[in-house]
Amino acid sequence: MTTVDGTRTEAPGGSDRRGPGGGAEAVDKPAGGAVVRRASATVLTLGLVGALVVCALLAAGIGAYDIPLGDVVGSLAHRLGLGGAPLDRVGESVLWNVRLPRVVLAMLVGASLACAGALMQGVFGNPLAEPGVIGVSAGAAVGAVAAIAFGLNFLGNWTVTGLAFVFGLATVLLVYALSRSGGRTEVVTLILTGIAVNAFGFALVGLFVFFADSAQVTQITFWQLGSLAQATWPKVFAVLPCALLGLLLAPLYARKLDLLALGERPARHLGVPVERMRLVLIVVVALLTAAAVAVAGIITFVGLLVPHLLRMVAGPGHRFLIPGSALGGALVLLAADLAARTLAAPAELPLGVLTALIGSPFFFWLLRRTRRRQGGWA
Amino acid sequence: MTEQRGATRQSGPAEQRRTTERRGLLGRLAARRAPRRVPGPLPRGAVAAEARDVAVRLGGRLVLDGVDLAANVGEVLALVGPNGAGKSTLFAALAGDVDVERGGVWVCGRPAEQWGAAELALRRAVLPQSSSLAFPFTVAEVVAMGRAPWAGTPAAEDDSRAVAEAMAATEVEGFAERPFSALSGGERARVSLARALAQRTGLLLLDEPTAALDLRHQELVLRICRRRAAAGDAVVVVLHDLGLAAAYADRVAVLSGGRLVADGPPASVLRAELLSEVYRQPVEVLPHPSGGAPLVVPVRPVGGAGPRGTEIAGDR
Repeated sequence: MTTVDGTRTEAPGGSDRRGPGGGAEAVDKPAGGAVVRRASATVLTLGLVGALVVCALLAAGIGAYDIPLGDVVGSLAHRLGLGGAPLDRVGESVLWNVRLPRVVLAMLVGASLACAGALMQGVFGNPLAEPGVIGVSAGAAVGAVAAIAFGLNFLGNWTVTGLAFVFGLATVLLVYALSRSGGRTEVVTLILTGIAVNAFGFALVGLFVFFADSAQVTQITFWQLGSLAQATWPKVFAVLPCALLGLLLAPLYARKLDLLALGERPARHLGVPVERMRLVLIVVVALLTAAAVAVAGIITFVGLLVPHLLRMVAGPGHRFLIPGSALGGALVLLAADLAARTLAAPAELPLGVLTALIGSPFFFWLLRRTRRRQGGWA
Repeated sequence: MTEQRGATRQSGPAEQRRTTERRGLLGRLAARRAPRRVPGPLPRGAVAAEARDVAVRLGGRLVLDGVDLAANVGEVLALVGPNGAGKSTLFAALAGDVDVERGGVWVCGRPAEQWGAAELALRRAVLPQSSSLAFPFTVAEVVAMGRAPWAGTPAAEDDSRAVAEAMAATEVEGFAERPFSALSGGERARVSLARALAQRTGLLLLDEPTAALDLRHQELVLRICRRRAAAGDAVVVVLHDLGLAAAYADRVAVLSGGRLVADGPPASVLRAELLSEVYRQPVEVLPHPSGGAPLVVPVRPVGGAGPRGTEIAGDR
């Protein structure tokens, strides 16, 4: 019997017969892959935290003036009032004035860059997005290079860092404002605007280099190569508020970023205020990246590589990806900085060069592998 | 199978104001969201969504001009019409996706633009024409995204049941753990439908849900529409297959050149002269041999470029 009201049951055992049984069964049966992912996320988090602690202690000890691991732990415990013993005067000074600020700064910068990368990829629903795309690095470079080339020092030692931060942030806001029309921002317009602003920024940098004297050119070049060699506690405390604010705000948007993977309209249909969220997250990305670039120069590939690596292992869910990227970025940059200052000792390799040198072939391998496994990107 | 409604649906006669936030201070600062009102059930026969004298201009061209259309609770409304008639634009207007030049769209008794995105998501679900995914989430994760609007409301307790039921209804459990990006077009369409069903809203908007589907799954999708309507939802579905519209819709709305040219029960709307004119293709409308639902068949020329088997020997 066929009627217009749709109660067709001409196929016995058809889909209608699946009835509540099918549903109930699916309720009882936990989703296998999701459980594996959740488990691997937990294992990975613990592993990352453990590796980070070990790596931090090692990095604090290894260098031109070697401090044994036990002594590092002892000195840390002593300052925390947990027993232990202080080192001799030189050791104490090396550890607390040179190594530890550098270790902490490396972790903050790495966490900021990788977390910004994960946010950026989520906001644009594009696995290739990087904070550099919206002009943070170019803007910061213009600020820093201008400060060096014109010998500006109205902020004392902080002039280069301060100008890099302000210019990085201002550039992002400029890119965002330029690509906005009629209350909406198209992702493609935003990225194209970013590309244009990047080109303009690096042209300005080239112009400043052209007018700079040779000592300034050397300084500019080294700033652009990226380094943590100038790490001090004041720098750590300067980055800390930006990094903390960004790292604390980012996880709140994890679930909404998952929805954004469906596209803007579907995300809006699921209740995500897309425009507002994008504005907030771009500001967060700008804060994280501008602070990191200001103190460390241009360090590429951490923001691209770390989220990709974690996504491959633990799936694309942002609830793990965002905090996981922060941990992973801290670990990667700490290890890279350790390598940068020990591989060619007593000389020091530029950190940004090292991350790109190792990062790009590794990223290429990662791309091929991911593509093969999931059969394409979308 | 009747879909079981969430517990929230039975909880009150009208809109209930409830504080649904269960976050810390930082969360509230970041989200800055007004408390959402969890919707109660709409009475049968009420208007779930309504376009009133809607005109939409896209790229300088008036693609919709003075359209009035209501989607009623308990009804499957089919939007049909030739390519470029404005079906998708009207659909987008009902979904709140395009700015109207004139007129307005009401959803659950309020202008669509007065609802925030979060509150609207508790009231209407949308299945877009095509779906893509930026990251390799699994099918089960994609369907579970349909539950996101209910996070922090009492209905969140039904999340896993809603997801499981939606996946069972659309027959996608078999590949629950596969990445969405590895599916075929028809499989993706069913997963996206499952996501919209899992949202469990009183208004369901489906844009060509059958376009990529085989015969069995086309029928399956329309049966789901009927079940949802029977359970007290309003369903709006854009269709190309007039046979499906005739068999399953309570009402058919025919669009042509940005205007509504007919709106009523299939038997009165799907007439040969109207359809022939609108589609610029002669059609015949025959009663189905069993049941009597209208069958729409194109009138095909005999011979020449006509259907195979009708060629005249001399033409070759």
